[in-house]
Amino acid sequence: MPGLGASFGRGGATNFLEDLANSDCIVIEGSNMAECHPVGFQWVGEAKARGAKIIHIDPRFTRTSAIADLHVPLRIGTDIAFLGGLINYVLSNELYFKDYVVAYTNAAALVGEEFVDSEDLDGLFSGYDAENRQYDQDTWKYEPEESEHSGSDNPAEAAEQDRTENDPAVQGSDRAQAAGSGGPPIASKPKRDESLQHPRSVFQILKRHFARYTPEMVSEACGIEPEVFEQVARWVTENSNRDRTTAWVYSVGWTQHSVGAQYIRTCSILQTLLGNIGRPGGGIMALRGHASIQGSTDVPTLFNLLPGYLPMPHAHQHSSLEEFVADAAGKAGFWGNKRDYMTSLLKAWWGEHAREENDFAFDYLPRIDGDHSSYRTIADMISGKVSGYFLVGENPGVGHPNSRMNRFGLANLDWLVVRDLQMIESATFWKEGPEHETGELKPETIATEVFFMPAATHVEKEGTFTQTQRVLQWRHKAVEPPNDARSDLWFYFHLGRILRERLKDSTDPRDRPLLDLTWDYPTEGETADPSAAAVLREINGYGPHGELLNSYMQMKSDGSTSGGCWIYTGVYADGVNQAARRKPAKEQGPVASEWGWAWPLNRRMLYNRASADPDGKPWSERKKYVWWDEDAGEWTGLDVPDFEKKKRPDYVPPDGAKAQDALAGNDPFVMQGDGKAWLYAPAGLVDGPLPTHYEPAESVVENPLYKQQANPTLEQFDGPWNRANPARSEVFPFQVTTYRLTEHHTAGGMSRTLPYLAELQPEFFVEISPELARLRGLSNGEFATLVSARTAIEAKVLVTERMRPIKLRDGTVVHQIGMPYHWSYAGISTGDAANDLLGIVMDANTHIQESKVSSCDIVAGRRPRGPELLEFVEAYRKRAGVQSGRVGVNGREPVDADAGQGSKL
Amino acid sequence: MTSISSASPGLAMPDPKNRLFGPLPDVSAEAGYEEDHPKRVGFFTDTSVCIGCKACEVACKEWNTLPMDDSHGERDALGLSGMSYDNTGMLGANSWRHVAFIEQSRAVDLPMPTHRRPGDDRSAGGDLPAPDSGDLDSTAKAQASVLNAEALSEFDPQTGQTGADKQIRWLMSSDVCKHCTHAGCLDVCPTGALFRTEFGTVVVQGDICNGCGYCVAACPYGVIDQRKDDGRVFKCTMCYDRLTDGLQPACATACPTQSIQFGDLDELQERADARLATLKAQGVETARLYGRDENDGVGGDGAFFLLLDEPEVYGLPPDPIVTTRDLPAMWKAAGKAAAMMVGVAVTAILGSRRR
Amino acid sequence: MPGVKTWLESWPVYRQLTGSDPLGRGKAARSKATEATVSRTATADRVVKSVCPYCAVGCAQNVYVKDEKIVQIEGDPNSPINRGRLCPKGSASKQLVTSPSRVTTVKYRRPHGTEWEDLELDTAMEMIADRVLDARRKGWQDTDDAGRTLRRTMGLASLGGATLDNEENYLMKKLYSALGAVQIENQARI
Repeated sequence: MPGLGASFGRGGATNFLEDLANSDCIVIEGSNMAECHPVGFQWVGEAKARGAKIIHIDPRFTRTSAIADLHVPLRIGTDIAFLGGLINYVLSNELYFKDYVVAYTNAAALVGEEFVDSEDLDGLFSGYDAENRQYDQDTWKYEPEESEHSGSDNPAEAAEQDRTENDPAVQGSDRAQAAGSGGPPIASKPKRDESLQHPRSVFQILKRHFARYTPEMVSEACGIEPEVFEQVARWVTENSNRDRTTAWVYSVGWTQHSVGAQYIRTCSILQTLLGNIGRPGGGIMALRGHASIQGSTDVPTLFNLLPGYLPMPHAHQHSSLEEFVADAAGKAGFWGNKRDYMTSLLKAWWGEHAREENDFAFDYLPRIDGDHSSYRTIADMISGKVSGYFLVGENPGVGHPNSRMNRFGLANLDWLVVRDLQMIESATFWKEGPEHETGELKPETIATEVFFMPAATHVEKEGTFTQTQRVLQWRHKAVEPPNDARSDLWFYFHLGRILRERLKDSTDPRDRPLLDLTWDYPTEGETADPSAAAVLREINGYGPHGELLNSYMQMKSDGSTSGGCWIYTGVYADGVNQAARRKPAKEQGPVASEWGWAWPLNRRMLYNRASADPDGKPWSERKKYVWWDEDAGEWTGLDVPDFEKKKRPDYVPPDGAKAQDALAGNDPFVMQGDGKAWLYAPAGLVDGPLPTHYEPAESVVENPLYKQQANPTLEQFDGPWNRANPARSEVFPFQVTTYRLTEHHTAGGMSRTLPYLAELQPEFFVEISPELARLRGLSNGEFATLVSARTAIEAKVLVTERMRPIKLRDGTVVHQIGMPYHWSYAGISTGDAANDLLGIVMDANTHIQESKVSSCDIVAGRRPRGPELLEFVEAYRKRAGVQSGRVGVNGREPVDADAGQGSKL
Repeated sequence: MTSISSASPGLAMPDPKNRLFGPLPDVSAEAGYEEDHPKRVGFFTDTSVCIGCKACEVACKEWNTLPMDDSHGERDALGLSGMSYDNTGMLGANSWRHVAFIEQSRAVDLPMPTHRRPGDDRSAGGDLPAPDSGDLDSTAKAQASVLNAEALSEFDPQTGQTGADKQIRWLMSSDVCKHCTHAGCLDVCPTGALFRTEFGTVVVQGDICNGCGYCVAACPYGVIDQRKDDGRVFKCTMCYDRLTDGLQPACATACPTQSIQFGDLDELQERADARLATLKAQGVETARLYGRDENDGVGGDGAFFLLLDEPEVYGLPPDPIVTTRDLPAMWKAAGKAAAMMVGVAVTAILGSRRR
Repeated sequence: MPGVKTWLESWPVYRQLTGSDPLGRGKAARSKATEATVSRTATADRVVKSVCPYCAVGCAQNVYVKDEKIVQIEGDPNSPINRGRLCPKGSASKQLVTSPSRVTTVKYRRPHGTEWEDLELDTAMEMIADRVLDARRKGWQDTDDAGRTLRRTMGLASLGGATLDNEENYLMKKLYSALGAVQIENQARI
């Protein structure tokens, strides 16, 4: 979540679910919380019962809207315009929390003279390279307080680091996500103007940048009346001050856009101006959709990250440990200890083989040199560049946009391992599915060997999930998994064991990392299940005498400590599995610190130093949370302070101070290089230091604000299997958005197969307005066919006034179609796969696809069957001026389709 | 169905001992439980906080291991109902909780709310089936009966945008067996399969029920239902087995927003009265309690509701009357007959044992 | 004749006529099964503490086990996060474990095959190990065109993790990195 990381220093929700009950106003935008997080929604209900205003901003009227005080049906893909309007409202009416803004943000920082705002370049910032569709971010920097890099241990290294940051191969590797815990590195602290009047101060730049986002402009872009906008603005600003706080809740309704990270940035700017970060009832609540999706970024199965948001070493930047830590060396903030964290990780992985003299085995790590993300890999599979693939609890043949392209990828592998509970579509693509109907795939042409390996359920294994607000909770094992079903821990441990056994006599240096790996976990039971507790202890880390570490502050760069994920250090504090703590909530205070364990260091609300004023006193009695206790000489309060416990509020860093010592007593954003929340992001995002409204890639509307129609850095894959619908196309005149329903889970493997869930939403359907139904002759309960440049699918139609056409000022009517994406051909509840309709176009910051907006046509009746379907879609492509989508054998480019072969490797 | 007449002896002069109508302060004592029986328990379903998640439906089915069902009442025959997000359709032998979804919209100048089913074309109001059309279920009838189609045809989503969003309402309500104070099902059951528990709830005993189906017709709410392949009747037990273990019913345990509240009935009634007052104070004029009044046709419900509109809108009968209201007199005669039969039976058995 | 007396007393009509429930609508109507009613949470052998596997709210669950089978899963009222409540998916999570369509044995599809075949778990593990080494070798890259160290393989990739445990993700990333595999992804990007 680079939007949050670049703003505040950590890519996680800033507050926690229970804290929503303390809000005076809750804005749910980009999230359908009541449907997708129903149990978390109880805290919104709690707030409402206490008198809070609940606002739901969403193109659709959902079960969340039904409970809200106000539903704002904005046009899909216009959240930056809406939020930008609120920022403008706050700035021009001087409704920001001035004391907070001056003290805790970079409002006073000065930006360099070369910076040119998108206001002056019609939607582009300075530094745009049209050929590579990338920005050189050099001109976005602060004006330095002193000469650049003077604080660095190694100025030459750091300068080199800056230079390589703009390397396309480095930008493509998603560096922004490494800001997940620790803001983006900055060269030095900026010059400041505390009066906020300097024309190059962040504050003045912000004012100018958002001046265009007037209520009238918001109304025009979003398709809502100015009065509705003003109602939201009033409720939000009336409930954001010393005594009151407003919380914002978002989910993939924001991230799954080609400007997704900037949506979150816009909200971060607004919430920072309103002084709502780090305070009870405030914050930005990022709701995540899988049991441990936060955990899987913290302890990442992601190409660009190592555990704890340390970046994967990049071939162009990191030829040594020294280079790897250079960007942090001498920097302020906790990122300044990067070398300690990295060395401890290397010690955890390679133990005695990681020594000072071999750079702690840094060279054992593979290097990335570009985008190796999931969609890139799928495209590589189709062109035969990937031999084997593991699918571990994931069903891309249904759950990923352009599932059709995903299935073609699978058909071009040598082998595939699927680990799941049910026989999901991604395991049966070789014999079933839409492409078998059309004749594009046949078992005889698909060489992919498939291993279906049955998995254990959540009650058949022990371990931790990290939920949406960073809390790790330990699950105990209830029963043994049946037959061959095994945990993924079992699978990977034993696979590693077998591989090491195979290679034990190898002298090939490429095998050393595997052979030297620490891999001696204790096993238990008949199936030799490895101990998850032992793994969690390794993640926590050990001190020089084999004792479990209590805090990452104890980590050293001399090799005397180990720790597999520094931000999780403390989960085994005092030798106790803190994640397994279950002290009943009723026996605890308002912040249940003894239930599970939250990273970092069991802090439930991030940046909570900001709940007190610069002197350390609560901003108000009503909103007191963490404060400075002068008598005790420490920070205290309801939560664990997210601040050095003994650092006085009036502490001023001495010259030459490093890491956390370089942050002052009133710098609450301890992971940022300057200790401040970033209204302006001089680094960390590839598509601009400030958010700008761009239309979605497949928008049916012209950008009302700038000449630049869509995000200039958006990423696309081109191939016959991923044709884009042209923007503003008359052939694909309707917007379509995908989402979940309460009754199902993602690609359906865990819900379409269960009778009690399947019967609640038994068939694939789309939701449309009565107006669109009339326009296209569609009837409730009957079939309709949806068409894009990818394919055509059919769905039952639910005609409802909850879907509303939007009429824009110029008379354009935008029709929006709602399309839940849970279905495919397997299971009890079935239907076509919504994701087949979507193409893949991505936010360059995150490589996350824009599945919340695309375009399509919709016509009455069922779709054509068999090869006729291909003709039908191809005719649409022709009419829209889109290249042919015809594919060769197994979905390959028609020209290089050599039948019957798997990968070319 | 029993007709209602003001001359009915039950209404004019309730039998003080075995009343089948009117308020009844202690239903369990009435059913023969000793004085130390537990307090009467119930459900208060506050629909104003229901988010339509259907956790109640699933938790109920999981606990009671009910077969899957669907809107057409046929097991394993799944299909989209087309009725908003309601694919359960109604309470039945296999669905003991049912969440109703009602979509409403109101144009600016309309004096009263209008109710629509999704799919009813906004402009084609005149084509809507008449309220008494036989092919509509009770919910649809209820909705169609208050529909102002003419006004809706003038509703323009573009011009009506100012405040228009407040005019869309999506009501959700989790329906359940009412566990009536005077339960028609229980009163007509000839086998004693239906009985009043010590908690004051009404439960079917599967080991007794012979599938005669009298109770189905006797329920003023249309709750109790026969399972086709089994023949016997099934309905909510308020998780009788869980109550014996000191647990709450499964639905109330799961409910994420406390829309379904379980507890002692008198406490729930107090809570409901307070909630109603709060909503009224907030200007929610349409809020009302349903099944709370012990003077209603069933003597008040063990499971009662806070609704945001007329009961018909939710598919609930506006004025339910226990079907056995007039029965006490008949029962006296039946009782005498039963006593005589017992006498005969006991003699016969004892006689046979002696041999 | 105590037997007969007991038998007789258990007869509803007898109880109805002699007891406090002359209409036979309550105490007198109680059947044998009713008298024997017991909650299956009460008879469970143990209650195991767990967490719901669906969305990321992190609802705590109590898992009731009887004879090594799951008999009930419901919310843990002690949790400060969910306070014992669950959504429909969490409420259905027992069915996730006990689903009749769950596949619990290894299935294998050979190249160009038209049907699944059965395979021993150990055999499958060995076969997968063979293929991992082979794919790793095929896609191995020591350096890039400019001679910079890559020390990696592009021959194998992995997707998944958001539904897995932290410990599992950790072992995956550790093993893959040691193998030199970099195309490791999960749902967090989707």
